[in-house]
Amino acid sequence: MSVLPALDVGLALLVVGVAAWTIAARNLFASVVGYVAYGLLLALVWVRLYAPDVALTEAAVGGGVTGVLLVTAGKRLDALASAEVGVPPGRALKILAGALAALVAGALAWVVLTLPSPAPSLAPAAAEAAAGPGAGLGNPITAVLISYRSFDTMLEKVVLILAVLGVWSVGADAAWGAAPAPLRKVRPDGAMILLAQFLAPVGLLIGVHIFWVGADAPGGAFQGGALLAAMGMVAMMARLAEPPRIDSRKLRLALVAGPAVFLIVGVAGLALADNLFAYPQNFAKPLILFIEAFMVLSIAVALPMLVCGPPNGSPK
Amino acid sequence: MSALIDLFSVAAIGAGLFFFFAGTVGLLRFPDSLTRLHALSKADNLGLGLVVLGLIPRAENPLAALKLLVVWALVLLSGASTAQLIGRALRRGRK
Repeated sequence: MSVLPALDVGLALLVVGVAAWTIAARNLFASVVGYVAYGLLLALVWVRLYAPDVALTEAAVGGGVTGVLLVTAGKRLDALASAEVGVPPGRALKILAGALAALVAGALAWVVLTLPSPAPSLAPAAAEAAAGPGAGLGNPITAVLISYRSFDTMLEKVVLILAVLGVWSVGADAAWGAAPAPLRKVRPDGAMILLAQFLAPVGLLIGVHIFWVGADAPGGAFQGGALLAAMGMVAMMARLAEPPRIDSRKLRLALVAGPAVFLIVGVAGLALADNLFAYPQNFAKPLILFIEAFMVLSIAVALPMLVCGPPNGSPK
Repeated sequence: MSALIDLFSVAAIGAGLFFFFAGTVGLLRFPDSLTRLHALSKADNLGLGLVVLGLIPRAENPLAALKLLVVWALVLLSGASTAQLIGRALRRGRK
């Protein structure tokens, strides 16, 4: 066996091992750390599968943002002091949960194993769309995301906004409109402040760069937006910035800007290019970058608001 | 000339790997969190620095070489800061 396949097999075994460890860990924090490591390893797997765009997303979202989200959620559960001291589930419930999980995994495995050969594929249609309406973009992934499956891409961002609304609505009625609690109660360490002061400007630049090159090279709106969101979170953890009030007009405009601009351009396609979500042939690339810029803004705002949690304190 | 460059790359990356190896051994064998942290930061800083040094002559263009250096600088920054944060959290926990 040559070196690369051996490394691949090692990587695959490592992913499965870390996944098993994440599930088996008794401690909430340990399993979150396991999950973050799992996300980073998965990003390496995507690189080996020649999918750098997916790898970037996995590293930013699976490894980074989800990790912060889970750590914060875990801390809130700890504060409730009921997360790990509750009555452990009974044997029957455990067996039932295990059986259900095995059933889902088995059904998925069965579907994958019994696929006809060649498997049904949308790839030719997507490639055609990327070469047609998405022409002018060097990165076929971005072309497919914004041109071939534009409606799905827009709805994904709507889901993000709905998630933020869901988080906001679990706050107390009296707190509606106020800002979420700061991410850290005490004044943070000097090291954290230094890290945020140095990292945030560099991270902002890299985030915008990843969005911008996404038209022609691996990268794109989600990856860039997630990086910007992470920089926002770092700044809030160092208390260099505070979560905004949720009734702030700027915040709400930024949240809906991505899907709103996408929808407006999409409907305009009906008049300008004879089809919903179609772009005029010679004008596709600037339009796609225009839409993506607002998507970046919405993602960069929505992800930190998810981490900040529900509004807390008194309105006004 | 290219043989010299190859030799340089192999030497630098080999030295970097040694530091990663030593850091990993330290992480597994050292007795407490602070010493393990110490071992780990050596691997990150020096090990990755030497690997980057070995890769720079092989970069396609000066911009790619600069990106390699920026990657190292970012790891230095985050490694040093998180080591500080973890160390202070440990000290607080002990009191």
